[in-house]
Formats: sequence, C-alpha cells, structure tokens
Amino acid sequence: MSACCETPVLKPPAEPALPGALRTVVLIGPPNSGKSTLFNRLTGLRQKVANFPGVTVEQRMGLMAGVGRSDLTLIDLPGIYSLDPFSEDARVSIDVLRGQMAGTPKPDAVLLVMDSLHLTRQLMLAAPVLALGLPTLVLLNMTDLMESRGGEIDALKLARELGAPVAQISAVKGTGIDAVPLFLHQQTDRAAAKPLTLPVVGNAASAHSWAAQVSRRTGYRAPLSIEGTRKIDNVLLHRIWGPVLFLLVVVGVFEVVFSIGQPLSDGFGEILADLGNLIRPLLPAGWIQSLLLDGAWKGISSVLVFLPQILLLFLFIGILEDSGYLSRAALIADRVMRTIGLNGKAFIPLLSAYACAVPAIMATRTIENKRDRLATILVTPFMTCSARLPVYMLLIAAFIPNTFYLHGFLGLRTLVMLGLYLAGFVAAMTTARILNSSILRANDAPFILELPQYRMPTLRSLALRLVDRARIFLRQAGTIILCVTMALWVLAHLPVIHMAGGAASTPELANSLIGRLGHFIEPAIAPLGFNWKIGIGLLSSVLAREVMVSTMGTLYGAEADTHALSLQTAMHHDMTLGGALALMIFFAFAMQCTSTMAVVKRETNSWKWPAVQFLYMLTLAWIAAFAVNHLAMAFFR
Amino acid sequence: MSVLSELNVGESGVLVALDLPESVQNHLMHMGFVPDALVTALRRAPAGDPTVYSVDGMEIALRRETAAAVRVRDVEDLDRGVSEVLEAAP
Repeated sequence: MSACCETPVLKPPAEPALPGALRTVVLIGPPNSGKSTLFNRLTGLRQKVANFPGVTVEQRMGLMAGVGRSDLTLIDLPGIYSLDPFSEDARVSIDVLRGQMAGTPKPDAVLLVMDSLHLTRQLMLAAPVLALGLPTLVLLNMTDLMESRGGEIDALKLARELGAPVAQISAVKGTGIDAVPLFLHQQTDRAAAKPLTLPVVGNAASAHSWAAQVSRRTGYRAPLSIEGTRKIDNVLLHRIWGPVLFLLVVVGVFEVVFSIGQPLSDGFGEILADLGNLIRPLLPAGWIQSLLLDGAWKGISSVLVFLPQILLLFLFIGILEDSGYLSRAALIADRVMRTIGLNGKAFIPLLSAYACAVPAIMATRTIENKRDRLATILVTPFMTCSARLPVYMLLIAAFIPNTFYLHGFLGLRTLVMLGLYLAGFVAAMTTARILNSSILRANDAPFILELPQYRMPTLRSLALRLVDRARIFLRQAGTIILCVTMALWVLAHLPVIHMAGGAASTPELANSLIGRLGHFIEPAIAPLGFNWKIGIGLLSSVLAREVMVSTMGTLYGAEADTHALSLQTAMHHDMTLGGALALMIFFAFAMQCTSTMAVVKRETNSWKWPAVQFLYMLTLAWIAAFAVNHLAMAFFR
Repeated sequence: MSVLSELNVGESGVLVALDLPESVQNHLMHMGFVPDALVTALRRAPAGDPTVYSVDGMEIALRRETAAAVRVRDVEDLDRGVSEVLEAAP
C-alpha cells in the first residue's frame, strides 16, 4: 500500500533550467518526528552521508528519486528542537537554511516535518523556520496514528495560521507523500516567495505560548495515546523485571552476534579467499599478481570478513532503536554508566564494541552530548573486539596448558580468555574515569532522555539503515585500508634484489624494509619479551589485529628451521611464557586497528583524537606488557 | 514551593522556573518544561535514578541533579488562565 509506488511519477517541469528553478530542498524537523524515514522515502537509496565541513554534524544528501524528482537534491538537517544557536546542530541548520554553509547551496524550498502526536511542542520549531521566508511545506507526520488514537487537527486552519501549505502524511506507510512533488511542482513556477510575518519569537517560553495558541485555534487535540506504552513500560522498566529483561536482551544480542555472526563471517572469509584464488590464474604471475592478491585483496578481505557481524549487530541496534527500547536501555544503564563519567546512552556502543569498535564508534551518534560522546569514543577500543580473538586463540592454544579445575568445570584456557576480556573492560572503565577528572570533565550539559512511544520497526527502515552502515564501512575498507595494505606489501617486498643474470627477486622477510623495521624496533620491545619477528607482527597488525596471525604464519613458514612445524609449535621455539602473556595483554590494550583510527578521525573530525588515543593506548600496552613479562619471569622460572 | 526531584512517583507539580544555564534551560523548554506546565513524576528507573517525567504529552527522563534545579509549585495553586498548556497532557 505504499503510496510512493502508486503515485504517478511526476514529469519534471517542461523547462527545468529556468533561472528561478528549484534545485535544493531542505528537510528539517525535531528528533523523533520520523524525519529519517521520510528522507529515506523521498530519496530511495540514492543518498550519501558525510560530515558538514568543519563540524561533526552529519550531512545527508540525496536526489529525490523516491518522488520522481531526481533533478532535485534533498539535504537532511540534524534533528533539532529549536533554531537557538546553543547547539552545534542548530548552528549548522541555521547556516544551511541561510545559504551560509560552505559547499552547500542555498536551499530553494523547505520541508518541515512534525510529529502530529506532539504537535504543540513541535510547532515551536515551526515559527523560526517559517520566519526565514523560504517556501515551506509543513508535513504533519504520523497522522494515521494520531487519528486512530483519538487525536484531531484541522490542517486547513493550521495552514492559514502558519501561512504555509500543510499536508498530513504517514512516512512509515507512505500515505500523503504525493503532497511533496505537488508542492515542489508549484514552487517551480512560483511567484517570488513573500516572507511570512509571524510573531517574533524571542525565547522558548514565548515560542511555547505561541505554539499553544496556534494548536488551540486550529482545533488540535492530542491523542490519548500513551496507555499502551505505559503498560509496556510497567514491565520493561519494572524494578526487578526491567534489569532482568535488559540483561537478557544484552546477552541475546551478544550471543547472536557471536554464535550466528562468527560462522557467517568465517564463511564469508572463505568465499573471499576462494574468489582471490579464482582470480589468481587470470593475472600474470609476478609482482602485479602478488601486489593485487597477497597485498590488496588479502588486506581488504581481512576487513571485509567483519561485514556480516557488523550488519547483524546493526540490525539489532536498529530494531532496539526503532522500537523505542534503546531509550529504556539507556535509562536502566544510566545509573551504572554515570559512576564512570559516561551516560546511559554509551551503553550500546560499548556493548557493540565487543564485536567491533568501528560500528560501535559509529553507534555513538545516538549520544547527543558531545563531551559524553567523545569520552565514549575514546574508551570504546579497549573493549575486546572480535579481531583480538584470533590472536588470543593462537597464543592461548600455544602457551596455556589445557588443564581443568573444579572437576572439569573451569578450564585454565577459558580463565585466561575471561581475564583478557576483563582486562579490556577494566582499562575502558579506568580510562573513562581518568578522562572525567582530566581533559574531559563532565560538563553542565545534563542527561535529558526522551522516551518515545513504542513503535513497530519497519523492514524498510531497517534495510535502509543496514545499507547505510555497510556503505560507510565499505568505503573505509576501499580507501584507507587499501592504501595501508598496499604500503605494507611494498615494505615487505622491497628492496628488490638483483640476482646474477639480471633476474630480480623479493628479499627474505628479515631483509625487507619491514623486516629491517622489525629489527629497528627490537630494542624497544625486547623488555616485553618480543623478538624482531613479533615486532614485524606488531607493525603489520597496526592495519588490523588479526593480521598478526597471518603475518606470523608467513614469517615462520618462510624460515627453514620452523618451516615444517605448526605455527603454535614454531612460536614456542621463539617465545617464553612471559613473552606470550605480555603479547596477549599488549593486544588487549594497544590500538592496533587502522579502521578504528580512521573512523575516530571521521567522527571527531580531527586527527588529534585518534593520535591521542593511539599514543595513550600504546603507552598503556607497553607498560602492562612489561609488567606481565617480568612478573611471569619471576613466577614461572 | 519545592523542586521537581522532591516529587514522589505519581505526584504532579506546576513548573515555576529552571535554575539552569541558559542553553540547558532552552533545551528543556523545547522539550516542554516551560513555566506553568504540568509535570508529573511517572516512574523511577530501576536503579532509583533517573526519573521519568510526563510533560506536555511526552515522557522525559532527568537525573536527580537536573530535576533538583527545576522549581515547581503545588497543582492546587494552578491558575485557570494557563490551563492551555495542560491540553496536551490531560
């Protein structure tokens, strides 16, 4: 019953290139007004996400293909309650609306979305937006819900009151969306828009009384609504059942991401490897083949394998967020999170980080408070992500005896693994507290959490969300990761050795540039119990932690005396127990992940924070590994 | 005269003023915490804090320290002339 599919596609106006023609349309509305759903519907999948220049505010742009107007660009502004320039989001919105945002064209028309379930409050945004004098269409969203719950609004009266056309829509169902192309079509041959005279609204209190008057004059009756939501909350926020269900949800998400996501990721990894092998015969043997397959393809694959897990995780976060439960989870978690200087909304990102820090850092977008968001981003990489697992598993299998305590209930290997998880968690919590009492003091921006009504998540919005996240992730893999992998490959294959007879060959790993780097850093890592080969592994794992395993495999496979041994036995030759434990703790703390650094750069819009984070985590990892190595030497000698 | 954080669950008050920095005040006002609005303490989070308040037909959770900066008066003192703000939260 989607109206966007029924609507006859509007023909573009006969002469679209008129000087006064429309080009740019802006979508604005308060948070939780259904703005994103509407944006997705209006643009279809033809959208791109970036940051506005110089700020961390996300910029979404798309062609309005969803209503047959691919000639128009739609810009989605951040969800805001007012145009008061207190928040970065509002300042960006004002600049865009006035055409003062660098790189963004001045908008020709505005679509203002409001949730008709809470119209009075949402009208407070309408006054300053309409006062800008741009041609504006007011869209009352969720009118179907409002009416079914006994609410009322006279849209015609409201249009007269506001001096702007008003349409009643349901972005979720797609009803009433036809009003948008109709409005845009009219704007094409519009007379010069006359600025609307509205009561100048100076402060929030007068804006509210204006909004209250308007909604009364237009016969607005708010729906009785929230009984259902309150009943659900009686259970989900119950003193006892609330936390119990919360834990069940958390464990459930965790469990599915690992038990279903891990095999999916493994299978996907095999497919990627097979693909590489399929292409291999098609390429001429030699350095090009090696660079493309052993360098670029392998490196990108090692990142791509996380895609299934990441999508699964975002599917859950999407369901939780769209249904309205995420706010409840934040409410339940807030008491605990604030003791370490974070807020309840940090909980989900930190949980996601057990799968991968990259989507977790992207998920911090739900934290509106910038300071809390930055603090969350900075501690997130300490959580034990799935990329650490291969390294832990290799080292545990090689160095930790498979002994059991308590009649076989508790294995030593499991204990070590749990210990590593705990180490990461404690480091994250401690770091959060340190941040709170040093560079990131809790500011006076309070924790204000809106609990939206429960809604059924729609498949469409979930799918669009996944596509969106996958796209960001893939772009990352396609650019930064690609460059770093190629660079590593080059470092491992230079200098070219000229053999007798003019034939060139690649050097032994020890003599390659990266091997020399390994030797170069050996003095720095020797106190931790690592030799130069581990050094190479550490260097290469800056790309991504699990690369360590394949690097060690290559290294030991290439050496004559360890060639025939399995990787585990080979490592035994080279390392003490102390060194192995130190290596594990090093991996627990160090920021060995280019993707994370890239996404932190993207989200904080500066290289400062990833640099600070990298150095802090490296220092901590070095000290901890040093301590562990020396303790182990003292105890197990 | 008291503050919002002193309301027990189920009790209501009429908002008088917000003793908060201007930016926070503005944010809260746009969420419905305007003078003369009727605010009801709906429930506490399982850990006892934050508390969910109903205002203007919305449910907003505030920590105790924030709620302690919101001055309210008893509902009985409610002036009929400002009842318009209650319409959305009957």
